[in-house]
Amino acid sequence: MVNRPEVGDFQTAQTLETFGFLPKFTPDEVVAQVEYLIRQGWTPAIEHEHPSQCANHYWTMWKLPMFGERDLNTIMSEIEACRRAYPDHHIRLLGYDSYTQSQGLCFVVHEGNAR
Amino acid sequence: MASKAYDAGVKEYRDMYWTPEYVPLDTDLLACFKCTGQPGVPREEVAAAVAAESSTGTWSTVWSELLTDLEFYKGRAYRIEDVPGDDESFYAFIAYPIDLFEEGSIVNVLTSLVGNVFGFKALRHLRLEDIRFPIAYIKTCGGPPAGIQVERDRLNKYGRPLLGATIKPKLGLSAKNYGRAVYECLRGGLDLTKDDENVNSQPFMRWRDRFEFCAEAIQKAEQETGERKGHYLNVTAATPEEMYKRAEFAKELGQPIIMHDFLTGGFTANTGLANWCRDNGMLLHIHRAMHAVIDRHPKHGIHFRVLAKCLRLSGGDHLHTGTVVGKLEGDRNSTLGYVDQLRESFVPEDRSRGVFFDQDWGSMPGVFAVASGGIHVWHMPALVTIFGDDSVLQFGGGTQGHPWGNAAGAAANRVALEACVKARNEGRHLEREARDILMSAAQSSPELAIALETWKEIKFEFDTVDKLDL
Repeated sequence: MVNRPEVGDFQTAQTLETFGFLPKFTPDEVVAQVEYLIRQGWTPAIEHEHPSQCANHYWTMWKLPMFGERDLNTIMSEIEACRRAYPDHHIRLLGYDSYTQSQGLCFVVHEGNAR
Repeated sequence: MASKAYDAGVKEYRDMYWTPEYVPLDTDLLACFKCTGQPGVPREEVAAAVAAESSTGTWSTVWSELLTDLEFYKGRAYRIEDVPGDDESFYAFIAYPIDLFEEGSIVNVLTSLVGNVFGFKALRHLRLEDIRFPIAYIKTCGGPPAGIQVERDRLNKYGRPLLGATIKPKLGLSAKNYGRAVYECLRGGLDLTKDDENVNSQPFMRWRDRFEFCAEAIQKAEQETGERKGHYLNVTAATPEEMYKRAEFAKELGQPIIMHDFLTGGFTANTGLANWCRDNGMLLHIHRAMHAVIDRHPKHGIHFRVLAKCLRLSGGDHLHTGTVVGKLEGDRNSTLGYVDQLRESFVPEDRSRGVFFDQDWGSMPGVFAVASGGIHVWHMPALVTIFGDDSVLQFGGGTQGHPWGNAAGAAANRVALEACVKARNEGRHLEREARDILMSAAQSSPELAIALETWKEIKFEFDTVDKLDL
């Protein structure tokens, strides 16, 4: 066999949808996305789920969606509170768009370490 | 109303069908034709002839006309406009009463509007530029089986365009090798893969085998990535019976999406299949083979914006729209004009985008715009800017031509896509900062770095044949 070192191996990974192919976001990068979400007029919300159950459509809601919330620090501290309460769980941040009845943004901000 | 006397013979069309004083009703179906008459024929006569031949008229007066009230049923040419920069053609605006058309039948609308009239001898060329469908008619059409919002929810894709690829080579792979190519693309980060339009059920790969291997590929990729995946299983076939048989088997395999070619298959097949998809929870991807035969000539045929509107009404969840930047024809403003028709609930008249009428879509679900054909990773910033989130960006050669293979090619495109979406959300200008955004993303993705190197020289810079008349 001809050895062709230039061909690399691509390893499949659990990527969990939007932004799953980018390096883990720094807190500042998460803040920038939260700012975008607020600028669009969407409602921020947090969901968490045990990694073994994360293929379901529904994850568990963390409290209620933060209707009318525009304070970045409040949103960031809720993400942190959710992470402390469920360190094993995946946590995602989403923006509810009431006009399209969809989510304008949804991405995993923290990956739980459970299997 | 007093009865009329029968006066046999040939009358001038304009006596009955040219009505410049007419104010169109909200329930009228309006059409704009670009007309190029034979030399010496007055514009009003040409416009009236088009109105007559596409509605109630025939070339000679017949006695049985007097048994009905043609004033109620006739089409009316109500306005004529110059075509900017073109002395031989003009726009004719025609209003048709809604009762000329069967409810929910795009077939019936097109059979009238682009039927015999296109072969009419008094015309050298004729092009249907736009149709304003009244909301009353739209409410009789089924439309997209699912629509953008439902598809996002089913597939769990939010906040970005979907990413796809057509499996290559187009023809000749065995079913198992084909499924391998699908699996590699999906595990590498694509959301969706696609049968090429001419993949139906040829001797080298029968449809049933392809469906089974693709289903296994999807299931494995979903388990490994934690993401939802799909493959557009092409059910376009020689007969409706065969088409439904294939669709039923896709459903049996638990597949999320099938595909159809709406022009070669025809609107009857398309509307029926869209209804089946709605009843069976299946998404429907629509290819547009044959469209350029119909829509590319600037003076004859049907503009694609009309075909796009017809497809939204007939039913489909995705429609190919061209890429603007890739290997296939497409003017940017014109493309944006019909992309709006696919996705928005109201599109105002805007001649700079080739939109001739206000169009109210009411609650009709939206259709994803699909950009596919000769695009690669360097086009990503422009594509995200042009098409926005409610689109499917499909890189065929741009995925599978990667030196490391499909999975790495898919990953390169997914990294580039997500880097662009992230940068856009951060308020950066994607097209101006394209190079910087892609090169920085490549620092953490060797797959992207290689893709950027592989496709750095490929451009498709030819002038558009069909330009907007401005």
